[in-house]
Amino acid sequence: MISKLIPKICISIILIFLYLPIIVVIIFAFNKTKSRTVFNGPTLNWFFELFKDHSIMTSLLNSFILAILASIIATIIGTIAALQIVKMKKSSQSVIMSLNYIPIINSDIVMGISLMLLMTFVLNMVGGHLGFLTVLIAHITLCMPYVILTIIPKIKQTDPNLLEAALDLGCTPSKAFFKIILPQITPGIISAFIMAFSISFDDFAVSYFTTGSSFQTLPVLIYSMARKRITPKINALFAIMFVLILLMLIIMNYLDIKSEKHQRKNH
Amino acid sequence: MNKISIKFLPYGLWMIFFTVIPSLMIIWFAFTNESFEFTLENICKISNHVEIIFRSILFALISTIICLIIGYPFAYFMTKLSKSNQKLCLMLIMLPMWTNLLLRTYAWMTLLENNGLINNILKAISLAPIRMINTPYAVILGMTYDFLPFMIIPIYTTISKIDNSLIEAGNDLGANDFQTFRHIIFPLSVPGIVSGISMVFVPATSTFIISQLLGGGSNVLIGDLIESQFMGSTYNPWFGSAMSFILMIIIVIIMAITNKFDKTETESLQK
Repeated sequence: MISKLIPKICISIILIFLYLPIIVVIIFAFNKTKSRTVFNGPTLNWFFELFKDHSIMTSLLNSFILAILASIIATIIGTIAALQIVKMKKSSQSVIMSLNYIPIINSDIVMGISLMLLMTFVLNMVGGHLGFLTVLIAHITLCMPYVILTIIPKIKQTDPNLLEAALDLGCTPSKAFFKIILPQITPGIISAFIMAFSISFDDFAVSYFTTGSSFQTLPVLIYSMARKRITPKINALFAIMFVLILLMLIIMNYLDIKSEKHQRKNH
Repeated sequence: MNKISIKFLPYGLWMIFFTVIPSLMIIWFAFTNESFEFTLENICKISNHVEIIFRSILFALISTIICLIIGYPFAYFMTKLSKSNQKLCLMLIMLPMWTNLLLRTYAWMTLLENNGLINNILKAISLAPIRMINTPYAVILGMTYDFLPFMIIPIYTTISKIDNSLIEAGNDLGANDFQTFRHIIFPLSVPGIVSGISMVFVPATSTFIISQLLGGGSNVLIGDLIESQFMGSTYNPWFGSAMSFILMIIIVIIMAITNKFDKTETESLQK
């Protein structure tokens, strides 16, 4: 009896450790006063304040646009490249894959400053400032390796016989690609896109080093706010983002279960 | 073949321009001065900051060990849950991982402050308040909290993939739970431990967010030093690059050790 309880107790303690700080922050997002220790009664004031805060809203929009663009570009370039990589010789494949691992293994700070060095160097020659374009390039670089790693296994899972059958039956290669290959790897492309989006949206270090004063992403703004002083507006922001991520995970889980059922039907 | 190279070109060029060249630039800057002449000055200057490098490695090591001690039992017990509970548990582990690192660290800031929640609770039960923020302990706590999921997930994945028939065979041959764990589950989970260690250690050695938000100015790590060379008042990208070069070397060494460990373990199991 006791030996059955120990695992559950252990798991609960760690989950409490993981969630206690999060719950405290969310609770104090609804606090009437600025106090972070005494709860003076509920209010939604900080949420309204948050939406009225021009710099937070601008940087939120910035982060969103940046993440959308970076993940779309990274997914397109990555998918096209992945389709070619699987056709290559084993030796060139392993060279490309080890290159692909550099940004993943490197810490984000090293990647941030290495791109900053390159960009300031180039900008010194051609003129211009760090800003939207440099962060966009940096984020595409950040996301692309993950896109490659997500999509290649999906391509390898596709059945080559189907493609051959389509070609035998008179399909042109491009038509066969859109009719046979693309539908099979679409789930992989979608999960690569979601992953790229969340990496880009979440990134702080790389944007911190590659952006200028003209373009501020949300994490960069949060960092400067948190260093100066603590405001319940950040708590409110935390609460909103937490709920959004929770919803996203639930939706992804649901899609996962659905595709599993779908696969079982097909087999 | 020609068609392949044209389609591969955007990615290939992108990787060369924005991954290979920037990495080489760090090395180039590390070994040059303001007029781009070769010098070892930057590398020599590192010897003044040995204690920072030592502190970074020590803090990262301690938090990696704590993560392993907490994370391993958690991952192991997780595999004993029912399938649906496992899914739920995995989601609960991923959820903090997906919330922004800054916000997670901020959460601890509000708890650990001198007049924060923990100290107020201590006061309420008439205990003396403890200074927690801006101490090494706060930084290590932050690292442990932020990177714990990175330890749990790979260990959980490897344990849950262990072939059940191996465990059954052990039980049939009279092994008790501890023996099964000691001789079957633990050795087979080593690859998960190894990747967990590198996934916690690497971001912990290079962080500057956690040390700046929870450590105040007094617990400078490699990351802080690099950051201050590029963004702070002491603008010196040459020395900053030299420090980044050292950080890259540390990371490569960690990767090499974990890789080697991983290989010898799997080889010894195959024999």
